[in-house]
Amino acid sequence: MTPMLRIRDLHARAGEKDILRGIDLEVKTGEVHAIMGPNGSGKSTLANVLAGRETVTVTQGDVLYRGRDLLVMSPEERAWEGVFLAFQYPVEIPGVSTMYLLKAGLNAIRRHRGLPDLDAIDFLAMIKEKMKLVEIDQSFLNRAVNEGFSGGEKKRNEILQMAVLDPALSVLDETDSGLDIDALRVVANGVNALRSQHRSMLVITHYQRLLNYIVPDRVHVLSGGRIVRSGGKDLALDLEKKGYSWIEQESAADRAGARPVA
Amino acid sequence: MADLGMAETAKEQYLEAFARLQKETPARRRSWTLGLRRDALARFAEIGFPTSRQEEWRKTSVLPILRVPFRPEPDFTANGFTPEAIGRYTFEPWECTHLVFINGHYAGKLSRLRPLPEGVVIEPLSAALEKRRDEIEPHLGRHAGIDRHPFAALNTAFMQDGVFVRIPDGVAIDEPIHLLFITVSPDGPVVSYPRNLIVAGRGSRAALVESYIGPRHDLYFTDAVTEIAAGEDAAIDHYKLQRESGRAFHVARVQADLGRYARLASWNISLGGELARNDTHALLGADGGEVRLDGLYITGGSQHVDHHTLIDHASPHCASHELYKGVLDDRSRGVFDGTIIVRPDAQKSDAHQTNRNLLVSEEALVDTTPRLQILADDVKCTHAATIGQIDEDAMFYLRTRAISQETARNLLIQAFVSEVLHGMRIEPLRAGLECLLFTRLRKGHGAGVEP
Ligand SMILES: Nc1ncnc2c1ncn2[C@@H]1O[C@H](COP(=O)(O)OP(=O)(O)OP(=O)(O)O)[C@@H](O)[C@H]1O
Ligand SMILES: [Mg+2]
Repeated sequence: MTPMLRIRDLHARAGEKDILRGIDLEVKTGEVHAIMGPNGSGKSTLANVLAGRETVTVTQGDVLYRGRDLLVMSPEERAWEGVFLAFQYPVEIPGVSTMYLLKAGLNAIRRHRGLPDLDAIDFLAMIKEKMKLVEIDQSFLNRAVNEGFSGGEKKRNEILQMAVLDPALSVLDETDSGLDIDALRVVANGVNALRSQHRSMLVITHYQRLLNYIVPDRVHVLSGGRIVRSGGKDLALDLEKKGYSWIEQESAADRAGARPVA
Repeated sequence: MADLGMAETAKEQYLEAFARLQKETPARRRSWTLGLRRDALARFAEIGFPTSRQEEWRKTSVLPILRVPFRPEPDFTANGFTPEAIGRYTFEPWECTHLVFINGHYAGKLSRLRPLPEGVVIEPLSAALEKRRDEIEPHLGRHAGIDRHPFAALNTAFMQDGVFVRIPDGVAIDEPIHLLFITVSPDGPVVSYPRNLIVAGRGSRAALVESYIGPRHDLYFTDAVTEIAAGEDAAIDHYKLQRESGRAFHVARVQADLGRYARLASWNISLGGELARNDTHALLGADGGEVRLDGLYITGGSQHVDHHTLIDHASPHCASHELYKGVLDDRSRGVFDGTIIVRPDAQKSDAHQTNRNLLVSEEALVDTTPRLQILADDVKCTHAATIGQIDEDAMFYLRTRAISQETARNLLIQAFVSEVLHGMRIEPLRAGLECLLFTRLRKGHGAGVEP
């Protein structure tokens, strides 16, 4: 069966810097993968490449989404096709209401699927359900997107948008960072509610605690723009105990040993 | 030097036109306004057309206006303008008094007058001038100074028609008054000189909307002056909506003089014209007055739009809030020049000025100059000016939310201007403008209206 996502030998740069330096990753439909790794290792850059950010340039490799070339698609095409990115730092957009954003996005996706726009009543009914899921108050709908939202509210809003847009592949970039324990539970519940055999997720996080709620099928460690180790959910526990330096040293040793002698 | 020659030649043409009109129009010779007109013309003859060596005109060349021989006193041609057609430009459904002027002349058949509170006068200036001389004479030309503004001088010399509004003490007019100035030039370029006078009594309230429109490709020149005298505790809302033809020239001067505790809110919306210049001045001449000046200019193609504002804090305890925003596309050019004067004894003045610009193309250009002359010491004054581009982070965010690039761009532009539009207090006008803006963003920048 065609995997949801297949990344092969992905190299990418931003500004003057080579950030991703050969990433290989396969996520099957229905799977949840966690990506961990130290600050600056390239996690958000990978997320941005998947979502189509133009400031990141892919210099080598390819990305197949459901068997199709993802990299030729614009960010909105990817969204229409079912790719979603929950931002590490959600953007504030004064003057654009959350309600408008959700409705415009959802209807764009529906049109892409050949469905009619949802009318105001059906939309409201649907959104109310989703808001319960992430325990967001309805008053947020009339506020400008993320403007003046607390850190936790912004992250819940990302999950709300994910729930409304109903993606097949979600990339969650540190959606757990800065959340108190209750908010973490809410976000995790939101994610788990969407978890299904038709959907896949890539969960970027620094903390094992999120993975207690969202149990991943695979865990990958990103370091220096490469995946230096992959394993089952226990890998996250090891990392929590030993830190990243343990793996970085090992993988450096591996590479040194494997390097062919000139 | 060629410029100077051009300015001189043009000046001669305007002086000749004045002499000719005076000869041909006995009514004009007999009117008490003749002296006013002559004085204004003399002043114009003295100062001539502005050159870019004058500070106030440094960023805006009027040469394109001078190159065209405009016909003054154009015929009244209501051709093609039926009441239904007019309805398209009046932001229906909008139940209010509409006064329509075509090529500077009052078009009674196209206008709609509604019942007014006792004592209120809303009349074409041409009709009011003679019969209400005692009320008009103390105000006409007494507020809008012409000394440094040749176009205001020309308007005073040539003024045709417009509205005279008088509101007695303590009277509130609930419905807005809409003035629609339409110019058409099927038989060659024409110039019109709209002139409005609003005298608002103590504690009175009113809202006035001036719309300027013309068919998309017509070449003409509008030179307008509006004077507002707001008595003690009066509250006036003034909207100016410039949607002239994309080839038109538009120069307008608004002067509001405020009495004690009087309030003025002004919205100055500039969408049309090849070249547009607005001078909006407010004089806080007595204690406790309040001014709010909001403006919005949206330009494209090779449009040039210049806004000069002046808020004169001449008395203590007055407040002014100014917010002008611009969206500039293509090769268009914007100028914002905002002066705030706080006179030596205007203590406890509170003055805030903001000008924000969004450049949506590589070639668009804007100049913004705040000029604060603070001569009192116990005052609160702030100003801010920004020139920026569309926020790429916001663009990307919206696109990942399934919103197309074009929609995202338009959405961000609309969000940028909404701050100005949301403050408007006439809902059909606000909604109509939003709609106008939306279609304009989608179609690209076309100024003027469909003929
Ligand atoms: N546009 C850019 N220009 C130059 N350098 C960039 C750019 N974007 C990212 N980088 C750099 O690339 C590296 C990886 O950044 P990235 O945001 O992907 O890290 P991360 O793994 O998400 O880190 P964190 O855990 O702190 O979120 C960092 O050193 C960062 O400074
Ligand atoms: Mg990151």
